[in-house]
Amino acid sequence: MCLAVPMQVREIKGDMAVVESSGLKREVGIMLLDKVKMGDWVLIHAGFAISKLTKKQARQTLAIFAEGQFFG
Amino acid sequence: MAKTTPLTRMAERLLHLPVPGGAKIMEVCGSHTVAIRRFGVQRLLPAGVKLVSGPGCPVCVTPDLFIDEAVALARQGVIVASFGDMLRVPGSRSSLERERAAGGDIRAVYSPLDALRLAEDSGRETVFLAVGFETTAPAIAVAALLAVEKKLANFSLLTSLRLVPPALKALVSESSGLAGFLLPGHVSAIIGRQAYGFLAASRLPGVIAGFHAEDIISSLGLLLEMHNKGIYEIVNNYRRVVRDEGNERSRSVLAEVFTPSDAEWRGLGSIPASGLVLRPAFAALDARQRFTIHADSAPRRKGCRCGDVLRGLIDPPACPLFNRSCRPDHPVGPCMVSSEGSCSAWVTYG
Ligand code: SF4
Repeated sequence: MCLAVPMQVREIKGDMAVVESSGLKREVGIMLLDKVKMGDWVLIHAGFAISKLTKKQARQTLAIFAEGQFFG
Repeated sequence: MAKTTPLTRMAERLLHLPVPGGAKIMEVCGSHTVAIRRFGVQRLLPAGVKLVSGPGCPVCVTPDLFIDEAVALARQGVIVASFGDMLRVPGSRSSLERERAAGGDIRAVYSPLDALRLAEDSGRETVFLAVGFETTAPAIAVAALLAVEKKLANFSLLTSLRLVPPALKALVSESSGLAGFLLPGHVSAIIGRQAYGFLAASRLPGVIAGFHAEDIISSLGLLLEMHNKGIYEIVNNYRRVVRDEGNERSRSVLAEVFTPSDAEWRGLGSIPASGLVLRPAFAALDARQRFTIHADSAPRRKGCRCGDVLRGLIDPPACPLFNRSCRPDHPVGPCMVSSEGSCSAWVTYG
């Protein structure tokens, strides 16, 4: 039930934003996040953006387990 | 020879990681349960390692009484709006789906904002079933604030919100033999890494994980490496979504509208400060104060072992009804109703 999907911010109207992913558009609340900008990727749950996605950090920790000891 | 991708390398490493003495790991979140069974991660576990499901499916941990209350409200003629997952959950005598077939005005909504809109458009008494964990509760808190702002006099909440850390605390203290936790990704996006400090104090490691195969495989690997080395830390392995400090804005909205209270969990009983109820300032939005609810409850169903499944004490097939009289198309208990319930995930993905 805590499922959430990443979508991209296309339009901001006050406390609401139009977000899009694979052609699907949806209007969601953005009042649970600070400073949402156009083009941001956000995680949508129950009609609200609940987290911003940071692509840069995505693979860091993940890669470590594949490559070797994490806790050396 | 098959090409080795990072994912297969990861899977190999997990499978061959020696775990002396074995370990029992709990995946707390229902979405993790589904992902594990769907990707077949249970077949990648090192010898002696066992994964058990925890109380991380809101639909599953909601007690029968809550459904009975919602059914009673529906019979009073109010609009009952709910996330779709709740409709098929059996209460002690009926379900919302059955009430709908009998003429009750039950609406499945995607967001609490949809429920708010229903109240505005219909002008009729509309009760939203406020079910969920920390991921969902902030959205409901915003709906409550908007209802006040719009002076909506016909909108209320029937609350059954639950908090994850107190339930984990209760599980840890009952000497469950657990060696660590795969921690829920989206709950953690709100509460942050800091919320699990008590695990380290109980000498248990935890890894916050995402929902792709590589998220889960690498997180299990990290968890088992910590277990092997006696390191008791909380690692955030879902950093593309979860900030260590969580989402402060969501937490402050939550604190403005709700306050913790003792709450009943299926299988776990009453857990101190593990639920959220409306603060006195929002009493007008509390369906339990607005309506007199005569829940028509019956003694607990016999046979269903959902409670033991939720505590990681048994695997679903140990329930005598599993895949016999209890199946996804004919569920007896909530762990089979919810697509994120363990029993359902075991039948669906084998
Ligand atoms: S298989 Fe059905 S009856 Fe048995 S524990 Fe699971 S939900 Fe309950």
